Amino acid sequence: MKVEQISIFIENKSGRLAEITRILGDSGVNIRALSLADTSDFGILRLIVNDRETAKQVLKEKGFTVSKTEVVAIEVPDRPGGLSEILQTLDQESINVEYMYAFVERCGGNAVIIFRFDETEKAIELLTARGFNVLEGERLYQM
Amino acid sequence: MYYNEEFETLPRPALEALQVKRLKSMLERVYCNVPFYKDKFASLGVRPDSLKSLEDLRRLPFTVKQDMRDAYPYGLFSAPMEDIVRIHASSGTTGKPTVVGYTHKDIEIWSELMARSFVSAGVHRGDIIHNSYGYGLFTGGLGAHYGAEKLGASVIPMSGGNTKRQILIMKDFGSTVLTCTPSYSLYLAEAAKEEGVDFRSLSLRVGIFGAEPWSESMRTEIEEKLNLSAIDIYGLSEIMGPGVAIECQEAKCGLHIWEDHFIPEIINPETGEPVPEGEKGELVITTITKEGIPLLRYRTRDITSITYEPCTCGRTHARIARMSGRSDDMLIIRGVNVFPSQIESILMRIEGVEPHYLLIVERKGNLDTLEVQVEVDERLFSDEIKHLQAMAGAIEKEIKDLLSLTCKVRLVEPKTIMRSEGKAKRVIDNRPKV
Repeated sequence: MKVEQISIFIENKSGRLAEITRILGDSGVNIRALSLADTSDFGILRLIVNDRETAKQVLKEKGFTVSKTEVVAIEVPDRPGGLSEILQTLDQESINVEYMYAFVERCGGNAVIIFRFDETEKAIELLTARGFNVLEGERLYQM
Repeated sequence: MYYNEEFETLPRPALEALQVKRLKSMLERVYCNVPFYKDKFASLGVRPDSLKSLEDLRRLPFTVKQDMRDAYPYGLFSAPMEDIVRIHASSGTTGKPTVVGYTHKDIEIWSELMARSFVSAGVHRGDIIHNSYGYGLFTGGLGAHYGAEKLGASVIPMSGGNTKRQILIMKDFGSTVLTCTPSYSLYLAEAAKEEGVDFRSLSLRVGIFGAEPWSESMRTEIEEKLNLSAIDIYGLSEIMGPGVAIECQEAKCGLHIWEDHFIPEIINPETGEPVPEGEKGELVITTITKEGIPLLRYRTRDITSITYEPCTCGRTHARIARMSGRSDDMLIIRGVNVFPSQIESILMRIEGVEPHYLLIVERKGNLDTLEVQVEVDERLFSDEIKHLQAMAGAIEKEIKDLLSLTCKVRLVEPKTIMRSEGKAKRVIDNRPKV
């Protein structure tokens, strides 16, 4: 039920994002979702892509520092309070969200939220048991 | 004006005879008391009493900073611990400090030489000395302090930092003499301006600046901005501390090294052979009166030249030129000695790996800044910002703890730092050349 995300270290200087997306584009890698965390000096670009291995390999070849991280994707019902229910459930079990970002599904129109938890396994177990729709990695990659 | 006219103006033949006499006694002492020197003499097949003239000094072994590290902490002390009344230390090249000890007599001599230095700079009794050298393990603060008291001047033990308070006290206490690093003096001038304090309205007359290399153009700038006469002083803790050599206010042309206590040599740092008078080379100093930790032919790594030409001030002691660089990779940043290897060992300790790093030294306004660039490779990378920031913060803190130097750690992408053939380039020093 886990999703593999790739994270890339980038310095806060012009052209770095353009460079990464160009490398991925040239290698036929399609980006499904992304988020950028930044500080004044550097940032971390987090990507869900259709082809993780290729993406990782080509970026490494170009000298980027890349790592794979396990995240969890959850489909959130498109109604007020949808996200809140998920977060409250996590809070009750004291599971911390390290970071999260969202995108909208192409077909269903529901929002998908990508979570990074401090306790990934426990979070998946809990959310599945409570009936939330935890998405398979494959479904996201091929979306 | 002299503090000790007899010795400061001793005719050269008498001065050199005194040096030989004191050198012989020093050699006897270290031979008997310091196993390191006894072994060195034995391996070279020389005996301390084989020295007949100053020229013979060349046949004796050098002492280097590494020897002090190997003997950490007290291995090179020549006096028993019950006679040691003071211990100072400077940061070593890879974490362990270089330790020096002083007997009561050492402190007496140091105070006198510092008092001589003050007088040479034009300071006298009745002066109010604002001493902004750091007090503590660093020799600057206490060295200048004892000299000021020996002279009979009033000393304000300011130490470094808290610039606003420094300016307030300088103004209200009527300081007439300022002692600090040259870069800090300019920083003070800037800060005073912001506080609305005009240096021309202060009583400052003389500034004695040292602990880092500076240039003639910087002197002009300091004298203009601080409205005082700026004098260059030289010293290092291994030899004594501040007051090993100083300019005279009359000539301001070269620093008189107190030759009745130190024998200077200038050598080619590659070959170890002496260079002709007036040519640049590495300064080597033998302490001939020190009891706590006498050093034989200590390689200072400072690049200078020497002249024995008579000086207009009447002092007969040789003059060394302003320090123009180092024969090793030591950096002097805001008066703090920094070896790239120190930073390297901190990075090793924190991350357990040896990352590529680069030190960038710049002068912003009047203060030197140090930026440590660390390449984030897969071993260091974390997908979470907080971990990376914590790592950068930990490195900054370690550097602050070890070197008392605030720096900025910047995490950079791999291969950002230039690789050169062979030895990696570890330092970019963008400060104006001295």
